[in-house]
Formats: sequence, structure tokens, C-alpha cells
Amino acid sequence: MVDDPYLFGQIAAANALSDVYAMGGQPLLALNIVCFPDCLPPAVLGEILRGGADKVMEAGAIIAGGHTIRDDEPKYGLAVAGLVPPARIISNATARPGDRLILTKPLGTGIINTAIKADLMSAKAVEQAVHCMSTLNKEASAAMQRYNAGACTDITGFGLLGHAAEMAEASQVSLEICFSAIPLLPETMEMARMGIIPGGAYNNQEHLGNKIAFDKSIRPEEQMILFDPQTSGGLLIAVAETMADKLVEDLTGKDIQSAVIGRVLPAQNKLIIII
Amino acid sequence: MSHKLVDCRGLACPHPVINTKKALEEAGVNTITTIVDNDVARQNVTLFAKNAGHQVSEQQKDGLYHLTIRRSDTSTAAKQTDENAGQDPTNAAFPTGLVYYITTNELGQGSPDLGQVLMKSLFTTLAAMNPSPTALLFLNTGVYLTCEGSPVRDQLEKLYAAGTTVLSCGTCLEYYHIKEKLLLGNISNMLEINNWLSGPHKVVTIA
Repeated sequence: MVDDPYLFGQIAAANALSDVYAMGGQPLLALNIVCFPDCLPPAVLGEILRGGADKVMEAGAIIAGGHTIRDDEPKYGLAVAGLVPPARIISNATARPGDRLILTKPLGTGIINTAIKADLMSAKAVEQAVHCMSTLNKEASAAMQRYNAGACTDITGFGLLGHAAEMAEASQVSLEICFSAIPLLPETMEMARMGIIPGGAYNNQEHLGNKIAFDKSIRPEEQMILFDPQTSGGLLIAVAETMADKLVEDLTGKDIQSAVIGRVLPAQNKLIIII
Repeated sequence: MSHKLVDCRGLACPHPVINTKKALEEAGVNTITTIVDNDVARQNVTLFAKNAGHQVSEQQKDGLYHLTIRRSDTSTAAKQTDENAGQDPTNAAFPTGLVYYITTNELGQGSPDLGQVLMKSLFTTLAAMNPSPTALLFLNTGVYLTCEGSPVRDQLEKLYAAGTTVLSCGTCLEYYHIKEKLLLGNISNMLEINNWLSGPHKVVTIA
């Protein structure tokens, strides 16, 4: 994904911490889980762990230990525990018709990671994607609590539509999402149009396809962007209509690129309607 | 006018697309057949080829997909209807697959007022073409035509609705601080724009 082991560690940690933030929690402690080959210098592992530790510290949590095994390919993840008062847990099952949907990071990391393998990305666009993936959902989580978010989920491997469909199903509602309102990372659309789309996006499409209605104006590559698996994606937040613009403004003030991308409807025959 | 075989068996995404693209860029190649062994590669190569304006047909043989891609350059496009550009076969005599490369918001040198009138007149003509142009590429002050306040907004919307690809140079939108004002189409980069310019379509430059 990224060649720099320090950045890799940061991204893996931001991704692991995201679940706690999506529930409105505060991360408390994390355990490192590492696979590492004999053939790479141990300094690389040191850099990966340093990246992870720095992100965990930024989250206000501590690394309490962990586990390492030998494996052919380096892998790094963290098991994270956090705290949230039960009355203040934000679930993905409580979106209410009339709520607005806010996404707190641009889409495109799966497509961009595929394009990096083909050496098609500009350095500037890669830098922006890495910055996006390594950003914690901490500020987004704090902000959504200030505006009484009704429901939340974080966007990772099942793509925007996979995680949005889970929210719709659990909340017994349908979601209407406007494609043109969704922020995209630079060069995502160009790469999608060239067919630089990871296999995971097609898996997500196969899994969800019949639960989603696409307006006929949505082109095939645009559909695939919505199915694109995200690494350390943003939060998808359902919030009262009156709060939506204020929440986006608040996030913008904290350098979080967010947007109102749709709304919650009473249950229809499709879980998600893309317009 | 040669045919080329691109064997992508055993290759995972993104390599089948990259190999197909390289083969199509070789001089004199008219048709290629890309062989892939997985569904992701089949879909990605098809998406790439269609979005580049080529024609694709698919055959399944022994668990493999044979994707035959025909370059839709102007010589063959005159005889065949371009998939992306209009469906009326009675107009097949018109050349299809036209790409307009527009680097100014005023047509020609001289009075700016006259230049704007002429540009509007050009777009009215383009919007009335059948089939519609395959793509419009906007660079430099040309990007003012795709943003709020565009004098050719109505014509552009008509073209876009008819399936014309509309691309605006991202660097130019940023330079003029109008990225947020883009009305329609996509933000593009020099890699993609160069692909269109060096591709099979006939390019008309409006400078």
C-alpha cells in the first residue's frame, strides 16, 4: 500500500482506532498484532511500530503490549478497547427518517492503492491520500457528539455502500445518497474511468447489487467508486437536518473534509437509492 | 491494420488494463484481443476500453475471457456508429468520434466581444451535431466555459446529457480559483487529457 513503514504503521493504527470513534467512544488501550518476515531488516518493524505508537498516543490511548509471529509478508493491526457510557453509545441502528447523512473523509483509497501499483498516480495525489488515511476519526467523532448524531458507522472494507447498507438495514430505513455531493480524493475518478478498480470493489458490488437502486445517470465507474473498499475511511453520520450544516462547518474549521451526501428516508424497496 | 494478442492469464488487476492500454498505443494496431482469466480483469479491461471510446466484444472459451477491442478511429468510425456518440444509423455518414480540445474561452484572436459571440455560436453548432462529439477537453481559460457564469451553459448541458464526455483541467480550475464552480463533467489531469489527444479520435483544437 505505502512503502514508508512509519506511514504504514500510522494508517493501520488509524484504521484500528476508527471503530471506537464510530461508536462515540474514547480509545483506552491498544495491543499490537504483528506478522513479520525474517528477510526484512528489524529496523522496518521498528518504524511500523513507531508509526502505530504515535497514532495511538495522538488518540490519547496507550499500547499495553502485543504479539508478534513470523510470516512471509509483513502485517500489522491493533486490537483496541475504548470507553463510552452506555447511554451515549452511538449505534448504526438508530438513523431516523429526515436525518441528513454526512461523510467525513473523501472516497477513493482502494482505487488509489491499485493505481499506485501501476505507477499511475502523481506524487501530490498520493500524499493527499496518505494524509487522509492516516487522519484519526477523533475530531469527527467529537464533533458528531456535540451535534447529537442519531447514528454512525465507519467506512472501511465494504465501501461506502456496504457500510451504508448495514446502517439502513439495522435502522429499518432507506438512504438516499447524491453521487455528485460525495467528496473524492484527487485522481480517483480518472483512475476509475481507466478501469483501475480493485477486486474488492467487485466483491462488494456482487454482495450488495440488488439492494441498491442507481439513477440511470450514474456511470459504471461512478458506481464502482461507491463500492470501493476504503482503508481507514471516514465516518458516515446521520444527524438531524437542522444540525447538518453546522456539523459540516465545525468539521471544516478543524480541517476535516466533510460533506452532506444524502438523507434518511422511511424504508423503501431498496436499502439505498443513488441519485 | 494489424491484430494483436495480449495474454493476461495469471495477471491480477491493474496489470491487464495496463498491458491492454500499452498494446492499443502501439502504432498500426487496429484490433487487439486481450485474454484474461478472472472476472475483475474482464470488467476492468471492458470499462477501460469503453471509456476510451473503443468497441468491445466478449467471448468465453475454456473458462477464459477473450475481449476483442476495436479501435474506433475516424476511418472506421465513418462506417460504423460509435457506441458513445448517438444511435441514429441514418447519420452514419457523418464522421464520429470527434474530440474538441478547447484552450480558450474566446474563439480566435481579436476583439474579446467577438470572440465570445463566436464561441457561443460554435457551441450551438456542436450541440446540434448528430452524433454529438465524443469528448470536450477544456484547458486554460477554456475552463471558464464549464463553470458558473458560462455563456454556453445551455449548450454544454445538452451535450453532456447526450453522452459527451466533458473534462476540465484540474490545474487550470485551481489556478483560476473556480474549482468549486464547476457545473458539470469531471475534473481531469494531463495524463488523461494526453490519452485523449493521442488516442484514436480525430482531435479538433480550438485555441
